Amino acid sequence: MTALQCGIKKTAGQYILKAEELGYSSDVCGYVKNDIGLLHSGNASPMGTLPPPSLLVCNYSGCRTYVKWFEALAEFYKAPLVMLDVPYKREDMLDPGDVQYVVGQLHELVELCERMTGKKFDMDRFRSDLTETALAEDYWVKILNSSRLVPSPFDAYFEAVFFMAPLYVLRGHPDCLKYYKAAWGEIEERIEHGIGPVAEERFRVVVEGPPPWPHFRSFWEMFKKWGVVAVASTYSKVGGLYDQGVRHDPARPFESMAEYCIDCYTNWNLGLRRDLMRRYCEDFHADGMVIHSVKSCRSFSVGQADTREVFSKEYHIPTLFLESDLADPRYFSAAQLRNRIDAFFEGLEHRKLVGAPHAGVTP
Amino acid sequence: MSLNKIVAECTEWFTDPDFTRLRALRDGSPPMRMIGLFPVYTPEEVVMATGLLPVHLYGGGTMVEIDHADSRLQSFVCSISRTTFELGLTNRLDAFEGMLFPSICDVSRNMSGLWRRNFPGRVAEFIHFPENLTSAHSVPYLKHELKRLEEVLSKVSGKKPTDADYHRVFDLLNRHRRAMDEIYAARAAAPWNVPLVEAYPILRAGGMMPREQHLPMMEEALATWRARQNKAQDRIRVIVEGSFCEQPSVELLQTIEEAGCYVLNDDLLLGQRWFTEPLPLEGDPLEALARHIMEHCVPSAVHHPGPLGRGAALVQKARAVHADGVLFCMAKFCEPALYDYALLKRAVEAENIPHLAFEFEEKMGTFERRSSNPSSSFPDPGERSWETTSTSIRERAGISRRTCSAIGSIGSPRPPRRESPSRISSSAATSPSF
Repeated sequence: MTALQCGIKKTAGQYILKAEELGYSSDVCGYVKNDIGLLHSGNASPMGTLPPPSLLVCNYSGCRTYVKWFEALAEFYKAPLVMLDVPYKREDMLDPGDVQYVVGQLHELVELCERMTGKKFDMDRFRSDLTETALAEDYWVKILNSSRLVPSPFDAYFEAVFFMAPLYVLRGHPDCLKYYKAAWGEIEERIEHGIGPVAEERFRVVVEGPPPWPHFRSFWEMFKKWGVVAVASTYSKVGGLYDQGVRHDPARPFESMAEYCIDCYTNWNLGLRRDLMRRYCEDFHADGMVIHSVKSCRSFSVGQADTREVFSKEYHIPTLFLESDLADPRYFSAAQLRNRIDAFFEGLEHRKLVGAPHAGVTP
Repeated sequence: MSLNKIVAECTEWFTDPDFTRLRALRDGSPPMRMIGLFPVYTPEEVVMATGLLPVHLYGGGTMVEIDHADSRLQSFVCSISRTTFELGLTNRLDAFEGMLFPSICDVSRNMSGLWRRNFPGRVAEFIHFPENLTSAHSVPYLKHELKRLEEVLSKVSGKKPTDADYHRVFDLLNRHRRAMDEIYAARAAAPWNVPLVEAYPILRAGGMMPREQHLPMMEEALATWRARQNKAQDRIRVIVEGSFCEQPSVELLQTIEEAGCYVLNDDLLLGQRWFTEPLPLEGDPLEALARHIMEHCVPSAVHHPGPLGRGAALVQKARAVHADGVLFCMAKFCEPALYDYALLKRAVEAENIPHLAFEFEEKMGTFERRSSNPSSSFPDPGERSWETTSTSIRERAGISRRTCSAIGSIGSPRPPRRESPSRISSSAATSPSF
C-alpha cells in the first residue's frame, strides 16, 4: 500500500533509483524497489512513517514476489517473519485440502500472536468484525454491479481503485461499512440524476491489469477524451473476488478467510481469469477489452499476450494491448500510449458506424 | 567409453532441438513415455514411480529462434520460458506427455496456464511447494499435493505405484545424486582435473536420459577424473551462483574457466541434486518425500527461508572450498536470482568475500539491446557482442591471484542508468487487434 501511494503521489522514482543503487535490478518489481528504497532513505513516505514491526506476516496470495519482498523487510527490520502460505488455485474448483491448509496456518498465527502479546484471541470480536466486513462487501458488490447500467454511473477501473481501498486497509473497522454505505448512496444519487464518470458514455470497456500509478491521471484522460467507461476490471479484484461470491462469514470465520485468500484474482489460474474477463465483456455489454501489461508484475502480465490472442482471434472481442508499469515512472511513454489508444477507439468508432455487434457476440 | 566420448554423447542429448534420442525411446520397445520438468526441482520421484521418464528441460538455449512465442510472451519474460514455449509451439515437445511446473516464480506458475490452453489434452500441472517452514501443516499438505500429482500421472501411464516402486526409485535417485555430489567433491578438491566444461554436459544429460543408463557414465567419468594428474595452475578459485534455473551456455562456462578461474562449486542444474541427504528407503514414501522436500533441500532462491539463511549458506559454501570470490551469474529477468542478489551481495561483502555480478541470456549476442542490472559491475550482455563479453570476462577476471582482491572493487555498484520506455516494448505490444 505504501508503494502504491508513493506511485500516485509521484515520489516512487527516487526510491526506485535508491533500491537500484543497493543492487536491485531494473527488471524487478517497482513496488518492491519503491518500498526498499524508501526504507533506506529514512522511511518517510508521503503518508508518514510506519513504525518498525514486531512481527512480519506475508500472505503472498497471488504474487510470489511478496516472498522476496518480505524477506528483504525481515533483513532490514530484523523482525520475525511468518510466511502464510496460500496455494495457487490450480483447478477451477476450490481444493478442500488447500482451504484446510490455510486454516491450519491461521490458527498457528493466532497462537503466535497470543504468545507475543500475552492476549487471548477474542473470537467474538473476530466474528463481529467479519459480520461488518461482509456487509461492506455486499455494498461494494452493489457498486461494482451498478456499471451494468447503460450508461454506467461508475468507472469500475479508474474510480474502483479508490473505492476499493477501505476493504484493504479498514476491513472490520466500523468506518469501513460507513464508507461503503456512503459510497453506495453516492452511486444511487448518480443513477437518479443520470450522472456518470464521463459526460457522454461512448465506449464501454473491460480493463485487465493494474494502473500506471505515477501517471494515473494522464492515463485516465487518454480514455476520457473518447468517452470511455471501464464497466468492469480485474485489478479491482486483486483484494477479493467479492462479485464472484467471495464473502467473509462469521459462521465459518477461518474457513471463509482462507477461501478469501485463495480466491483473489491473481491467485486464479489463467483459464479462470480468461473466463471471468469474457463474462465481464458479455454481462456488462462491453465494446472491447483493454489489457494494461506492466513489467513489474509477472503475476499479472505473463499470459496477457496469450489472452489478447484468444480475445481478438477466438472470441472476436476488440482488444487493446498496452505496456507501461505500475510503479516505475520511466516506463510510461505518453505519446506511444496515446497513439495506440486513439487508434483503437477510432477502430471501435468505425465498428459502431457499420453496426458491428457488442463484444463477446461472435459475428 | 572414453571421457571425450561420454562428454560428446551427453552433449548430443541436450543440444538437439528435436530430442531425437528421446523420440527413439518413445518409439522403442517397450515404448518409454516421458514428462517435461520445468526447473528448478519438480518431484521426479513421483514421475518415475508412475512409470514415466522425467526430463529436465532448460529451454531451447541457442538451439531455437523465437518466432512464435514472442506473440504470447512479452520480451521482459525470462528467456527460458520463452524458448520452452517456442519448443512447444514448434511441436518439438510432441514426444512428451506434458509438462510439470513447480512453484518457483510467478512466470512458472502462469506458464502452467499457458501450457493448458495451448496444448490441450496434454498434462500441464502446477506443483505447489509450501513456503511456511514452521507450520505443522506443511508436510501433510505437501503429501496431499504429491498424491494429487501421482493420480494425474497414473492416469497417463496406467500405473499406480506401490511403496516398493517408490523405494526402488528413491534408491536409484539416491545413487544418481550421490554420484553427482562426488563429481562436485572431486572438482572442489582438484578443479584442474575436473573442468566444468567436461562435467557440466555429463551432469546435464543426467536430467534427460534414463537415470540407470546415465549412472555408469558418471561413474566412468569420475574414475577418469580421479586418475588424472594435471598440474594445478595459478587461477582464481570461484563459486558460481545464480544459475539455478535458466542455464548459461557452455561457451559462457568455458569463458569463465578460460578467463582464469577454477569453478569449485555452483548452483547449475540445482534441481537435479536437490537434497542434502538420501531419501529414506522405508516407510510411507510420499510422507517421506514431502518431509524430505521440506527439511532436506538445498538452499535456493526459489524457496523460503529467506536470504538471511541463504546468505549464511552462500558464505559457508564459499568458505568450504576456500573460494577466492563469488561470481553472481544471473539470467536476465530471473526475478528470484535478481532479488536475492541484492541481499546475498551484502552477506558476502560482510565477510569480505570478493564478488562479481553479471547477467546472461540463453542467446547472448543475438538478443535485442537491453539495459543491465544497474548495480551489476559487469558489461551488459545485450549491449556487447559475445566476443566483447568474453574479452571483458578475461579482462576483468583473467587476472592472477595477486590481483584477486580487485574482484572486490569490480563488485562495487555503478550509477543506475535510466531505461527508455521503448526498451520494454515487446513484439506482443503491437497495434490494436480487431
